[in-house]
Amino acid sequence: MASAGRIGPVAVPETPSTPNRIEPVAGVPLIFELSSEGRRATDLSPRAAGERRGAEIIGVELCRDDLPGFPELSEPQVLRHFLRLSQLNFAQALQFYPLGSCTMKYNPVVNDELAALAGLAGLHPATPAHLAQGALEMIARMEAALAEITGMDAVSLHPAAGAQGELTGLLMVRAYHRKRGEVRHKVIIPDTSHGTNPASCTLAGFEVIVAKSNRRGYLEAAEVRRLVSDDVAAMMVTNPNTLGIFEPEIQDIAAALHDRGAMLYLDGANMNALFGVAKPGHMGADIVQLNLHKSFSTPHGGGGPGAGPVAVKKHLEPFLPLPRLKHSGAGYEFDAERPDSIGRMRSFHNNFGMIVRAYAYILALGGDGLGMASRLAILGANYLRKRLQPHFPSATGEPSMHECVLSHDLEKRAGVSTLEIAKRLLDFGIHPPTIYFPLVVPGALMIEPTETESKEILDSFVDAMERIYDEALNDPERVKSAPQTLPVSRVDEAGAARRPILRWEKKA
Amino acid sequence: MRFMPHTGNDVAAMLETIGAKHLDDLIAHVPASLRARATINLDRGRSEADVVREISALAARNTGASGFLSFLGAGYYRHYVPAAVRAVIARAEFATGYTPYQAEASQGTTQAIFEFQTLITQLTAMEVANASMYDGASAVAEAVLMARRLMPRRSVVALSRALWPEYRATIRTYLSALDGLDIVEVPFDDATGATDLPALDRIANDRLLCMVTGYPNALGIIEPLGAIAEMTHRAGALAISATAEGIALGLLRAPGELGVDIAVGEGQSLGLPLQFGGPGVGFMAARLTHLRQMPGRLVGQTRDRDGRRAFCLTLNTREQHIRRERATSNICTNHSLCALAATVYLSLMGRLGLRELAERNVELAHQAVAVLEAAGIRRRFSGPFFNEFALKLANPSAALEAAERKQILAGVALGPDYPELSDALLVSVTEMNLGGEFSRLAAAIAEVR
Repeated sequence: MASAGRIGPVAVPETPSTPNRIEPVAGVPLIFELSSEGRRATDLSPRAAGERRGAEIIGVELCRDDLPGFPELSEPQVLRHFLRLSQLNFAQALQFYPLGSCTMKYNPVVNDELAALAGLAGLHPATPAHLAQGALEMIARMEAALAEITGMDAVSLHPAAGAQGELTGLLMVRAYHRKRGEVRHKVIIPDTSHGTNPASCTLAGFEVIVAKSNRRGYLEAAEVRRLVSDDVAAMMVTNPNTLGIFEPEIQDIAAALHDRGAMLYLDGANMNALFGVAKPGHMGADIVQLNLHKSFSTPHGGGGPGAGPVAVKKHLEPFLPLPRLKHSGAGYEFDAERPDSIGRMRSFHNNFGMIVRAYAYILALGGDGLGMASRLAILGANYLRKRLQPHFPSATGEPSMHECVLSHDLEKRAGVSTLEIAKRLLDFGIHPPTIYFPLVVPGALMIEPTETESKEILDSFVDAMERIYDEALNDPERVKSAPQTLPVSRVDEAGAARRPILRWEKKA
Repeated sequence: MRFMPHTGNDVAAMLETIGAKHLDDLIAHVPASLRARATINLDRGRSEADVVREISALAARNTGASGFLSFLGAGYYRHYVPAAVRAVIARAEFATGYTPYQAEASQGTTQAIFEFQTLITQLTAMEVANASMYDGASAVAEAVLMARRLMPRRSVVALSRALWPEYRATIRTYLSALDGLDIVEVPFDDATGATDLPALDRIANDRLLCMVTGYPNALGIIEPLGAIAEMTHRAGALAISATAEGIALGLLRAPGELGVDIAVGEGQSLGLPLQFGGPGVGFMAARLTHLRQMPGRLVGQTRDRDGRRAFCLTLNTREQHIRRERATSNICTNHSLCALAATVYLSLMGRLGLRELAERNVELAHQAVAVLEAAGIRRRFSGPFFNEFALKLANPSAALEAAERKQILAGVALGPDYPELSDALLVSVTEMNLGGEFSRLAAAIAEVR
């Protein structure tokens, strides 16, 4: 793809010279379409002479006949196919990627090398504890580091992602109340929350009550006091919230909840604003989940794997998921004998490969570097907010933390939507911000620049946004027909849903 | 700080634009009582070289990761991962993007997911597969939740006792908050190690919601999945299969051929390192009629404005970011990069190679049993097995210790998870085990038999 390596705005020709005929590497065939019967990309070491084949050994009646349609290519063909696919992607390493609430910061490449060390990558989860002390100690150190960073008492690295961390936390809330002989049915969630919050509540058997944020974009303790009751098990709060605002009344909110025996669950998706700024534990949080793929730099992987550790205060420690790490005279080992635990959430201990990367990141930054990371992330968001203010005003008058949510009048003035602005940004080699979220801001653009992007990059983003604003007023078709420089033009998503084609099928 | 590009001048200029004097002015609105205690008391930041030294030292203390002959399996398997798999997933174009919300800027990721979905449907002989789940255990838990949405009036969730203990435990956790469900365990036959069909028959009635079976199961046995599915269907319930050893599906009859309704499993065997148990990758495949109740991301094929084939996330009205509390699941970030590894791996193995590899696993495992039997060591169960089998030993932990002294990790004792199997050691053999290893294993174990 021509634009794959560029950063910042590029010259987009005034009139594309070959409209609708741009096919740089478009149309990479499906791997199945590249197959040729009998071709192979792997050789096994030779079988011993006279040995019976596996299918005969277990009996052909237990065996399938074939793998119809399965790929048949050589190794270089397979490699070329996937490398060509890779070139059709935008990625943080290539482009400015200010996807709000996703913290698309730089992923240090050394961390991938470290996770691949034989002593870490080659370690089987059933290895006896005394032969895996290095890994167990790393888990222990990581738990301690996250406890210090969040101001909480105990940490479990078990959950596989933020949403699983949420479910883990909510099941712990439920178990905690039950242990005290109480059954509480409701969880309060602000109208600005991520969709995973209410979905996790349903899975954890709770009914959702929606709290309204005020006109300034934050939650008032008075609203929480109005909603909380003896039937409320907890409230889930993202802080900073999805408008990028620090919840100023968070301590009073915690008190309002605690007064009625309810827990404060803090969604740590936006932890990148808080390092060395404020600790969830001091805010009154009983539980925080963290997203290692956001604030702690592990690669987003095109949609995971992440990791969603949970940190809790002492009173919830007995309910943490299994297995728990413990230290005895002989060293570290996993403990499965914990009667109050909510149990296991997954096959093995944790997403260890992500733990290694995040631990390396914490070592690299240190306490001082983490504090600076948050400050520079906040600087970047406020800088963009200020510079974009003339045409893309902030949705709130409150100070921004690590991300800002902007709106615009282009829909009204020129019939140009937020989606179209986002698509036009692609032509400038910039991944768009999160759009139409939070739901409380019509046409929202949620911008999170992170601390790893330079002032030059932020300036070029501002230039692109200004140019798009101008185009929308003077040449709206240019914006509405974007993107024009990518391997494909606007993708028909409605068509995909109307007539789902979810796999390739061999032509009969 | 090497990851942050800001010079002093940059910071000053940016602050000036904002109208602030110091960085800390930007957080002055955060309550002072919080700011005052926010300092993170960890060591100062370190150079890359120091970080490498520190982590390498920890890695070196994992003595069990190398230098031992290993027969460890029990849900996670040692297989050779071709270099091309790592070469692809190391590409920053794949590794450092996120969920492909902007289809035009992520045709690489969406097409690869579409290929993954196709490969999983081929492997399982099912009609539709999603973009991935976290791992085998969470995938099977989600499968049970999906079954419940499909059959809201039924209440009995049956789990084969020979389903992996971690999978059963995870299902219990996921269902713990939902009212009105009974989880029952269907025992395994003490002689064959397969799920006890008469026991299943006794609970196969109109209360049965689903039956979950390991394929192969946690004792290494290739279950009579067709008969189980048939019995389950006779009761009008849904048959769910869970496969921890993905390679097995290259040879064994596919869950879809055997009547299974939801086929899930762990894809770690398909190109992922052991990595102390994670990240793996869950897969989930089902019948098209059940599509709307499926959890997780789906990629569909469509067209762009110029009529070219294109791919995008689709049917997301099932998902949490649209449907919120009425979503089919809370899953958001899944294990996309791991699914990509599996896609590359399966593409490399190909139609011929995957079956050959699966057969080779069978051959080596049976060779190992022959060597062990010649040394007087018997299998615990008589049922057919793929690449994992249980040995009957008087004292499995003593055998493990003796083997460890000879630099052998002989397997996983079943007793801790199955008190009734305190006489059994689960041994896994893959293409990573060379034929000559089996006599060393036999000699080490025979000593303490």
